[in-house]
Amino acid sequence: MSYSIQEIWEFLKEVEDPEIPVLNVVEMGIVRDVQLEDNKVIVLITPTYSGCPAMHAIEQDVREMLVELHVENFDVKTILSPAWTTDWMTEEARVKLEAYGIAPPQKGSADKNLLMGKLRDVRCPRCKSSQTAMVSQFGSTACKSLYKCEDCKEPFDYFKCI
Amino acid sequence: MKKEEALALHLADNNLILGQRLSEWCGHGPVLEEDIALSNMALDYIGQATLLFKHLAEASGDTKTEDDWAFLRDAWDYKNFLALELPNGDYAFTIARQYLYSEWYHLYLIELSKSSNTFLQEFALKSVKEVRYHLQHGRDWVLRMGDGTEESHARIQKAVNNIWSYTGEWFIPNTNDTDLSATGICPNVESLHQTWMENVQATLNEATLQMPVSGWMHKGGREGKHTEHLGHLLSEMQFLQRTYPNSKW
Repeated sequence: MSYSIQEIWEFLKEVEDPEIPVLNVVEMGIVRDVQLEDNKVIVLITPTYSGCPAMHAIEQDVREMLVELHVENFDVKTILSPAWTTDWMTEEARVKLEAYGIAPPQKGSADKNLLMGKLRDVRCPRCKSSQTAMVSQFGSTACKSLYKCEDCKEPFDYFKCI
Repeated sequence: MKKEEALALHLADNNLILGQRLSEWCGHGPVLEEDIALSNMALDYIGQATLLFKHLAEASGDTKTEDDWAFLRDAWDYKNFLALELPNGDYAFTIARQYLYSEWYHLYLIELSKSSNTFLQEFALKSVKEVRYHLQHGRDWVLRMGDGTEESHARIQKAVNNIWSYTGEWFIPNTNDTDLSATGICPNVESLHQTWMENVQATLNEATLQMPVSGWMHKGGREGKHTEHLGHLLSEMQFLQRTYPNSKW
């Protein structure tokens, strides 16, 4: 079967992020490009973190989807550059993340404040209070920090900027 | 092996060995949050090692994979820094190593991100974002322990003193490095020393700790001359492949 590049992009939106199933790999910014070369479909993906264990599953899921679509000639390649950044997450993805209970990343990942430990307010995804505190810079997965809300007292994950 | 590949191997080994060491804390951290933090950092290091080993496997052009590099070499083939293979010790020792090494690695990656070698440049730009978090974590804990209780102060001071003589080799280029830095492929590690000393001094001052006096320094990791600890680490990490060669998980 042959599809247009645009159609392949649409199909890729069906592939979920295995760690955060409310998001797909396109809105996460993991799929960098779809190319067509002599009838060969090439999907370029990039890892969020170097050691992200989901990458293997994502590559496998993309391959399986292409096989199910009867695309005979394809390749899924991993690229490192430009390095993934939370700034690539779409606005829609940020809204979905918060609804799922994960505080979305603040914009401006290259901000020097990060290194100096000056964090801006992170809003509690449950009660929307900005009275929150970081418990640990490292959370349940490489891409998240652990926070707690001083108002509703609930702990929550914050998708940290990178 | 080409010069760029020899450098990639050294960086890969640093990452793999420190990643393996840190992963030993998984399930044994002093508090839950730190258990998770160290496991996260171990994952970053092993991820970075995988990127480098994959590159080496592709460059070698034969059927080798990243796993061959990790599991089918013996201690003398490893080119990691000695500091990274030392046992974890108490939590203060682990933190002292994390902090001092992250200061070095962070500076190194910033410079490597200007490399004229595309792969090394891309690798550095990706990794430096992760290492920034490691540095912040290490620094926070050095401050907390140094400026904490009498016991924590004494322990972190002892740890910094003990690891100090293993930091010397981080700033000694080998002939391979010298050739590569002359053509803009890798940083000149000697030039990182002053900034590293200043950054460390600032942190230790704030943590009310004494800067150790630099004297005789250990070296040899780059030439494959290791401490006895590396063999023990490998015997555990490589157990499966050594006992059941070519087995697949």
